[in-house]
Amino acid sequence: MGAAQDHVQVSGLRITAPAAGGQETPIVSDVDFTIPRGQVLALIGESGSGKTSIAQALMGYARGGCRIAGGGVRVGDTEILTLDASQLRTVRGSRIAYVAQSAASAFNLSRTIMDQVVETAVGRGLISRPAAEAKAVSLFRALALPQPEAIGGRYVHQLSGGQLQRLMAAMALMTDPELVILDEPTTALDVTTQIDVLRAFKRVVRQQGATALYVSHDLAVVAQVADRIVVLQRGRIREAGDATQVLERPADIYTRTLMAAARPPAQASPQRPAPQQAPPLLEVRGLTAGYGRVEAGVPKIPVLRDVTLSIAKGTTLGVIGESGSGKSTLARVIAGLVAPAGGQVLFQGQPLAPTLSGRTREQFQRIQLVFQNADTALNPAHTVSRILGRPLAFYHGMDGRARNRRVAELLDLTQLPAGLADRHCGELSGGQKQRVNLARALAADPHLILCDEVTSALDTVVGTAILDLLAELRRELDLSYLFISHDISTVRAICDDIAVLYAGQKVEMGPRNGFGDAPVHPYTDLLIGSVPEMRRGWLEEKEMAATLPPLATAQSANLCCFLPRCAARVEGLCDRLPPPRIVLGGGNELLCHHDGQALQHLQRGRQSAISP
Amino acid sequence: MVHGTPRNRSGIAAAGRLILRRLGSALLTLLLVSLVVFTISALLPGDAAEETLGQSATPEAVAALRHQMGLDQPAHLRYVRWLGGMIKGDPGQSLVANMPVGQVIAGRLPNSLTLAGLTAAVAIPLALAIGILSALYRDTGLDRALNLMTLGMVAVPEFLVATIAVLVFSVTLRWLPSITVVREGIGWAEMLRGYAMPVMTLACVTVAQMARMTRAAVIDQLSRPYVEMALLKGLSPSRVVLVHVLPNAVAPIVNAMALSLSYLLGGAVIVETIFNYPGIASLMVNAVTSRDMPLLQACAMIFCTAYLLLMLAADVCAILANPRLRGQ
Repeated sequence: MGAAQDHVQVSGLRITAPAAGGQETPIVSDVDFTIPRGQVLALIGESGSGKTSIAQALMGYARGGCRIAGGGVRVGDTEILTLDASQLRTVRGSRIAYVAQSAASAFNLSRTIMDQVVETAVGRGLISRPAAEAKAVSLFRALALPQPEAIGGRYVHQLSGGQLQRLMAAMALMTDPELVILDEPTTALDVTTQIDVLRAFKRVVRQQGATALYVSHDLAVVAQVADRIVVLQRGRIREAGDATQVLERPADIYTRTLMAAARPPAQASPQRPAPQQAPPLLEVRGLTAGYGRVEAGVPKIPVLRDVTLSIAKGTTLGVIGESGSGKSTLARVIAGLVAPAGGQVLFQGQPLAPTLSGRTREQFQRIQLVFQNADTALNPAHTVSRILGRPLAFYHGMDGRARNRRVAELLDLTQLPAGLADRHCGELSGGQKQRVNLARALAADPHLILCDEVTSALDTVVGTAILDLLAELRRELDLSYLFISHDISTVRAICDDIAVLYAGQKVEMGPRNGFGDAPVHPYTDLLIGSVPEMRRGWLEEKEMAATLPPLATAQSANLCCFLPRCAARVEGLCDRLPPPRIVLGGGNELLCHHDGQALQHLQRGRQSAISP
Repeated sequence: MVHGTPRNRSGIAAAGRLILRRLGSALLTLLLVSLVVFTISALLPGDAAEETLGQSATPEAVAALRHQMGLDQPAHLRYVRWLGGMIKGDPGQSLVANMPVGQVIAGRLPNSLTLAGLTAAVAIPLALAIGILSALYRDTGLDRALNLMTLGMVAVPEFLVATIAVLVFSVTLRWLPSITVVREGIGWAEMLRGYAMPVMTLACVTVAQMARMTRAAVIDQLSRPYVEMALLKGLSPSRVVLVHVLPNAVAPIVNAMALSLSYLLGGAVIVETIFNYPGIASLMVNAVTSRDMPLLQACAMIFCTAYLLLMLAADVCAILANPRLRGQ
């Protein structure tokens, strides 16, 4: 195809960021690519690869301080980089539209969605307000949003992440743009939501005949939507080509690294200790917890309901569920940050006090919490040695030389260079910060580490390295982990046992081998089946989730919590009686009215592709 | 547009409950303040009887006058009687002026409110403009110049500002009168000329804090993703600030404004003195020097009420600006 026919042409693009001493450092260099009209090009890369900067440069925009230093961007017949500010404004939001990463923060909290969706079109006088609203409603309908007539009158806090992301796509499509830029539009979503949103995006963008640029770090997602793929690393193109070729025959070593990291191989689990008479390291019995005033053993906003689980010494329990399922609250209750409303937490057979004030220093020391986001968990103004020295002084009374020696040991243990001790946390990379975060927990000399989404904020390659480190530490120090994640492939890679939470209830628990194949709980099945596979056409093969008829009876507290979304539910049984706890042949214990055979029958053939 | 009507109604009710709760806590605060005001004024050395009779008075004469004024009664009785009077709108008899406190204040309060209102009308738009401009052009020459100007204005004591203003505009240029005369039937032009200098002086003091708070609140919002989204939608910077940023920055801005404006009633004493303006702040200072406790207490209560009303107004603004709080 000749260059003249390409709809979008980027040539020699250079973007710079300000650096110390008035200098500029390049963040994007010599980037060239073209997009034929009506095709979808994906920009793939880790954070810092410059993918968002390139995408925004297509609209003539550079984030605070950065500058488009050279090169050209042509969209149709327009040279974008030669336009002045007011000409750019007429291009943005009408010819070129943008869908931001996190719709929850990219929408204005204090204005209705409809005001924001029609703002550009009406403000430019392209269309009258009533006509714009009618068009918005038809887009809402096309994107399969619930209550398309009324949803525009809502505010951000009344909508879910998946709904907001689709509303943002509707906002982008209001002016029938010729080019749509989607910046990680599904990254913040749960997998079960992501699949619906991807499907809606793909259909609507195709219907409008728009050209699209899709920015993502997730190759499997890109495989579903892209015609062409450009792989970026540190602002330069590593590989570019047809999607099938890049996915099936990656030429560049970096592309292969990315693909390998996307699906971490299962860690060999250490020899499982023989069942002992001794109590498990941690036991949670009938835990109910939540926020607000507790009445009759139930908090005003219940988060966890009757959760029972245990972790044997030296093993890892993975807790998986979507956002809002109560995973983090579970860790916070065990750590003593949230008092349970009912039930018990036992550590080494001893009941733990509900809050921190009732626990001993020894109990603090043995249970350590590692937060998801090292950026906010570590004080950026403190040096690494100060952060690590604090628990050493507090728990072990170390000072002076002994403390410095232990800090050096901890850095070594977490595979960080010893020279890092005197650096401030703000100067470290994301992966280094997470290692310091882990070293801080190790400094206490714990038996159990609660890992709350410790790799979620990291790039896949960096995250995989952290998982390797966790496995190694566990072998060396005989640690146990409670590993919380929303990503089932991560959990399956490093955990011995897995518990699945849904709406605060433990719907399934068992050894990880029990999650390799059917039968599993219908929710687990949905969760596993929603993880995109790294091949084209997976999205099309995936059957549409049947739209379930609304429930005849009102949901009561004792019924199965997954009932409203369950494709396998049985009228007259599931909506009447609470589900029994059953145990399957593979050792999985689950809450369901179906038995193993029935589930096996329902799920047969669906999971063959994902077995480890 | 289609709103869920029942949801809206319950939303308004929720916001109403929130506002009622704020009002209740304001009333409770006022009651506590009245106790503090009464106690502290009772701790001041000397009383109106001693003050009226002078240093040469015999103890017997003082005691007799005290009895006549009701000052020899136990404190809690005096407090209850005083509070009851306050609630009924009768704060008692001014001991020095020998007329009802209500009348004394009625002659002064409208003047103070006029001055405060005019100052607010000048200072608020000015502060918003300065704050928004310096946020938009942050770290540029304009930002630094505006910063220097507002900081300079608040750093120079107001008596100096006022004195220099008098020196320049009244003595040298002879444009403006050096005292502000308040009387019936005064023309608009005359009134504006008279108020120009006190308003300017008070605005100097109050603009800085409001402008800096506005700048901080707007800058905080400008780094949010929704601002980038609005720019990438092709909106003009002025629309982004006025339509998108300001509604989200309202809460800190109105709070800073309420704090600054509350200064305009009680804190205007220097300005009132220099321009010989019959306001309520100088009345209160006079009440202290003459030990006129009923007048002093009434003035203190007026200042506290004004302060609480401003804070309440700021809270209500913040609640109404936030769809989550107004229960949408």
